[in-house]
Amino acid sequence: MGAKVAAALAVAALVALPPLLPKYHLEVLISVLFWAYLGIAWNLLGGYAGQFSFGHAAFFGIGAYTSTLLLLQVGLTPWVGMILGGALAAAFGLFEGYLSFRYGLKGPYFSLVTLAFAEMLRVVGVNTKAVGSSLGLVVPSAKAAPAMFMFSGKLPYYYIILAMGALALALTWKIGRSRLGFSLAAVRENEDAAETAGVDALATKLRAMALSSFLTALGGTFYAQYFAYIDPTISFGPSVSIGALLPAIVGGAGMVLGPVLGSFVLTPLSELTRYALRGRAGADIMLYGAILMLVISFLPQGIVGLVRERRARAGQR
Amino acid sequence: MTWGLLLQAGVSGLLLGGVYGLVASGLSLIFGVLRIINFAHGAVMMLAMYTTYWLFALAGVDPYLSVILTAPLFFALGVVIQKVVIEPNRLAAEHNQLLLTLGLALFFENLALVLWQGDFRTVRVAYSNASFMVGEALVEVPRLVASGGAVLMAVGLFAFLRLTDVGKALRALAEEPEGAALVGINVSRIRAASFGLGSACVAVAGALITPFFYVAPDVAESFNIMAFVVVVLGGMGNFVGALAGGFIVGLAESLGAAFLPGSLKQLVVFMIFVIALLFRPQGLFGGSRGR
Repeated sequence: MGAKVAAALAVAALVALPPLLPKYHLEVLISVLFWAYLGIAWNLLGGYAGQFSFGHAAFFGIGAYTSTLLLLQVGLTPWVGMILGGALAAAFGLFEGYLSFRYGLKGPYFSLVTLAFAEMLRVVGVNTKAVGSSLGLVVPSAKAAPAMFMFSGKLPYYYIILAMGALALALTWKIGRSRLGFSLAAVRENEDAAETAGVDALATKLRAMALSSFLTALGGTFYAQYFAYIDPTISFGPSVSIGALLPAIVGGAGMVLGPVLGSFVLTPLSELTRYALRGRAGADIMLYGAILMLVISFLPQGIVGLVRERRARAGQR
Repeated sequence: MTWGLLLQAGVSGLLLGGVYGLVASGLSLIFGVLRIINFAHGAVMMLAMYTTYWLFALAGVDPYLSVILTAPLFFALGVVIQKVVIEPNRLAAEHNQLLLTLGLALFFENLALVLWQGDFRTVRVAYSNASFMVGEALVEVPRLVASGGAVLMAVGLFAFLRLTDVGKALRALAEEPEGAALVGINVSRIRAASFGLGSACVAVAGALITPFFYVAPDVAESFNIMAFVVVVLGGMGNFVGALAGGFIVGLAESLGAAFLPGSLKQLVVFMIFVIALLFRPQGLFGGSRGR
């Protein structure tokens, strides 16, 4: 009961408070929700299906580039472009997933193949003039045009990413309770046993892949519209891949709220270290690396895992 | 004309290949024994390059001579990393250990950025520009020394693994961890030795390339990814395969550079990587008898 009240209060605060926040705090909060969103998308494949992707930047970049190129070249609104980008990313994810799963790649091998695909797209992006090469693409943002996913001020972007996060969360929650969710858990825990019990492991993993890559691509379009600039290193580089998986791992992989909790801890932490150590290039990320090692060492199951363990222990008494 | 280009690309590839081979041998050794994909391998190489640079800049120590110092120093660093960071989390999920090395890589790279800023530094020695011709191909002496030295070191490592007790224990642990523990091998000590040896390998590779390669905090990122490619090609945990894989990747990269514009050469390397992962995840040469 207490948890439900706390959750309702948290949702109310997330909806009602932001208009009152100063600009910098609003930016941090957008950042928190943005990484939480990518974490939720990653969690479907990395957490629920147990396939540790190290290259979600591939899908993120496909989303960002598809909607932005369509906007720049044929004037298509990113609201439609993001869906097309998502579809393209899902197709790419299915291709990548089919190849990897068909040939039985697991664990670190799967991680490496996803990293390689993202890096390949980055190299292609850097070397292709038609998509702006390493100079990147500037998204027009001078005047507000809600129909074109362009707004003045930060607040509309806040509510967009909040809605995206809420929808993705609801989808994850729903999947967790569906037939697909049980198949995913079975495949993650023991693929051979799941197959024996009649679960089509390949199809199950591919579904997770398609959903995860689709959602990740929508995040790419949001990024492009919000920051109004993308380039191959930002879009396809390892930082996005790492940024998508860390909230889920630190919060608790394979658990609905894991990525949200993870991002609410990690993102302000990284903002705080950046602020505290400003003027000393690298010091903030150095500290972040150290904190990452500590968190992984002392919270191997993530924050949600720790809470559950506490509760289980309290229950035994 | 084209033949000259091809010959030059071949020579450059071979000269690069030895260094890749040594970097990858170290990574493969760590993977073989610990089953960890070590994302901090490149960062260790970068630290060794700075060590070489400072020994040269402050004390005038020749980069090749400094290997005598860097190898044991980075063996010790590897042992400390294993004992302090990895070993306590040995039973955690595979991906947690990968993230530990990622955190370590971020830490080391940005430590270098804090201490020495992002400037490119170079070690200029008398032989930095020495070269000779083989037919139509130019051979740069420092690159030849680096590749030759790397191969020598890799052969030394191979002999060590074959002939010494510690080496045999390492291989036993790579093949059958439980069996190794049962016959009385001190497994935690051997694990530390493997991380130490792997780090020493990459440190020597780093020292050998400083006469012709710039030093910067992010210099070794590309080597790290390349080393993954090489290790997969050679078969994870297969040290001889890693050396051979180094030459294949070196050749692929320089041939790609000769015939493709821009940095598309990397695309060739990644394609080889993906194809190898899909069709021969056990490596081109049979690979280790891993799990």
